[in-house]
Amino acid sequence: MNMLLDFIITAIPLGMTFLFGCVGEILTEKAGHLNLGIPGIMCVGGTCGCVALKMLRNSGLPWPLIVVLAILAAFVGGMLMGLIYSFLTVTLRANQNVTGLAMTTFGVGVTKFVMSPMAEGGGMSYLYALKYFRYPFQGRTDALKYCGIMVFLGIIIALVAAFVLSKTRSGLYLRAVGENPATADAVGINVTGYKYRATLIGSGVAALGGLFYIMDYAGSYEAYKSIEAMGWLSVALVIFTLWKPALSILGSFLFGLLYIAGSRIPTLLGIQLDMSATPLLQMLPYLVTIVVLIVVSVRKKREHQPPAWLGLPYFREDR
Amino acid sequence: MNKPIALELKQITKRFGTKVVANKQVDLTVYRGEILAILGENGCGKTTLMNIIAGIYYPDSGSVFVGGKEVVIRSPKDAFAQGIGMIHQHFKLVDVFTAAENIVLGVNDGHKYNIKEVNKRVSEIADKYGFRIDPKKKIYEMSVSEKQTVEILKVLYRGADILILDEPSAVLTPQETEKLFDVLRRMRRDGKSILIITHKLHEVMAISDRVAVLRKGEHIATVETAQTSPAQLTEMMVGKKIEMDIYRPMPENVRDRLVIKNLSLTSAEGIKMLDDVTFTAKAGEILGIAGIAGSGQKELLESIAGLHHLQSGSITYYNPKKDKPITFYHKSFERVMELAGQGMLRYADGRAFTGKDENGKPLSKKTICAQVEAGEILFVEDEVINLREKTPLQIRELGVRLSFVPEDRLGMGLVGNMDIVDNMMLRSYRRGASVFVDRKKPGDLARTIVHDLEVVTPGTHIPVRRLSGGNVQKLLVGREIAAAPTVLMAAYPVRGLDINSSYTIYNLLTEQKQKGVSVIFVGEDLDVLVGLCDRIMVICGGRITGVLDGRNTTKEEIGLLMTKTQTEQKEGTESENA
Repeated sequence: MNMLLDFIITAIPLGMTFLFGCVGEILTEKAGHLNLGIPGIMCVGGTCGCVALKMLRNSGLPWPLIVVLAILAAFVGGMLMGLIYSFLTVTLRANQNVTGLAMTTFGVGVTKFVMSPMAEGGGMSYLYALKYFRYPFQGRTDALKYCGIMVFLGIIIALVAAFVLSKTRSGLYLRAVGENPATADAVGINVTGYKYRATLIGSGVAALGGLFYIMDYAGSYEAYKSIEAMGWLSVALVIFTLWKPALSILGSFLFGLLYIAGSRIPTLLGIQLDMSATPLLQMLPYLVTIVVLIVVSVRKKREHQPPAWLGLPYFREDR
Repeated sequence: MNKPIALELKQITKRFGTKVVANKQVDLTVYRGEILAILGENGCGKTTLMNIIAGIYYPDSGSVFVGGKEVVIRSPKDAFAQGIGMIHQHFKLVDVFTAAENIVLGVNDGHKYNIKEVNKRVSEIADKYGFRIDPKKKIYEMSVSEKQTVEILKVLYRGADILILDEPSAVLTPQETEKLFDVLRRMRRDGKSILIITHKLHEVMAISDRVAVLRKGEHIATVETAQTSPAQLTEMMVGKKIEMDIYRPMPENVRDRLVIKNLSLTSAEGIKMLDDVTFTAKAGEILGIAGIAGSGQKELLESIAGLHHLQSGSITYYNPKKDKPITFYHKSFERVMELAGQGMLRYADGRAFTGKDENGKPLSKKTICAQVEAGEILFVEDEVINLREKTPLQIRELGVRLSFVPEDRLGMGLVGNMDIVDNMMLRSYRRGASVFVDRKKPGDLARTIVHDLEVVTPGTHIPVRRLSGGNVQKLLVGREIAAAPTVLMAAYPVRGLDINSSYTIYNLLTEQKQKGVSVIFVGEDLDVLVGLCDRIMVICGGRITGVLDGRNTTKEEIGLLMTKTQTEQKEGTESENA
């Protein structure tokens, strides 16, 4: 019974990694921009946060401030990536898919370059802050220890994003930009401004996922290597949750369950599975996403479709 | 007329490029509490003028006065600030939003955003003017008329006093139009000024207080509706006849090529696009189709080309094959046997071909194929082919050489990102059995067309979208003619072309006519139609309102038929019967 509880609780913080990436990507996609750079942005976020922590190690600042500064560093790192992406796709109208994939390649590369020497440096670097990030459960030995500060932060960000999108004027305008930029432009909404803001904030939020994964869930020097895989799952989660930030809280929990189901369920049932079967079982989240995609496109409900102008550049002169 | 002036335009001029003058020193006065109709043919500059008022275009010269004060309107936002709102023909709405969300979009009135309040205010405005609308309904669930209501409410919500409607009835049923007119009358009573662009004369007579007539960018006159008649308005609209010096030989060897009977087509939205259309296109003549834009010309041509599912009617094609050998080119063995069964085939020496030898024994497939290949089997009469419910590919496989120059050049005619040679291949790619494409022949064709039609291009390997509209049009017409058609359908083939290029196209069409092709020409300039066509068919609201002799008709006659309403048509037939 204890193992089952452990399994369920572990899924919450694991899903949180997806949640950050997913909420960030939803904000970007609502502005009509498909940002496939999310995995790269999450990597860069993790890197920036870790570099900040390493620098702050002997600063003597109170620990809550160190955590806040690390989170800020990750956020700014993500925003810088978002700025490159939006300059290319909004201002220069480059192809969004190609740009996004390039951003991922770039972000993963930068992370390997910066993180591998830091990881080899061992104890001298950033993992000292693990206990701060896992507050208030830092002392626990069960799965609850992962449910640190950033888990609550993630849920709050998702709820705020949901509120902004559905209940505020800015949210309405942002959705209009993603659905029909020509209409938005005609009524005097600053289309370019909204696109930049959404992409920058979205990238910043996604970047937090990378930091969370290293500094809370994984808590190891090797963690930076698996952020990219987490990033792709976040993008899949956007589709799974039908572009709804509030729903993505539940979705991320489910993805978390599915992701570790491969290693946990056989143990729970007392079955011995060959190690090579685990990657197969880790495909479950993707399979579920495909099923959702099929169900949604068969039902054709308009509210469940992606923003109508997703992936398309907007030229005012095209009218 | 003692009403205060709401809007005044003085000496407005707007040019596009150096040559095209869309508006030339136009003066216009709009009073408060009146409905002013803006009347004119396609391309007379009425939409441009309204776009200037609404802030979409900025005039080259002239001034705009609102409520007696001179104003500068540079954007739709400026126009709203002056209380001017325009309802465009193409709706600008977000489909997944509700009516209220669309209406409040872009309104920063200082109020806190609260969708419930917006819903309430929208309902209030709707009730005031007699609209029936649910503010919580999503746009994609709405009918066209409801969407239009949302557009009008969008303008009213922003507090507009001057409303411009661009052909509001074009997408509505007569009942919906009547409802809209009731609303407009209520707004007039409320002191609002309404400008309505239309070319439907009966609507002008029904709704407007005054009519401003535009022709070729100039303001001809503004008259009181009560003191004018449709005939007078038509004359003002079309003007005096201009002599067009287009070469028009008398048609020779005229015979039926395409017989269309009782064609009816309903659009996906349930609007009748074609209503009981019957006519004959003849080989060796140019049949002109005149009509207000969107009266069903496009649908008619597309129906013939096999792009629509028809509700009723027949399209019969007479293939000019009499005394000519049958070939296997695009025809199957089964088709040969079918024709033989109908007694349509004979041997060169006069014996009937039935697929059997003298003793009544069926010939083998091999023998028949050999005879066909050798050209020994001829047609007795012109081949009759039913084109209804056939796809474009099937039509081609039946050996019908139908060429179609669509209105939407880069959408339906050519692929913008492909070069000239590849675009030529779009029509001939089925020839040849090799897996590899043969670019030589299309390349030669491309060079011939570029040379003969004086297409201005840096080469034949340039993406078509980078050429100007006129050159794109020449390529398309050139390609379609190169396919040696027996029927050539051209929708607005000279749209956007300068005078010289236009004449090149006219002469090409006439050349085809002399070769015995049946040419169907959809035009918008009545002078050209009267100067080029042998017969002119007038279409109005999907119905054929008359077929006229191109040599003995006037623009006024065509103009009246173009705006004839259904009720008038009925009255007309009744009086003819009596």
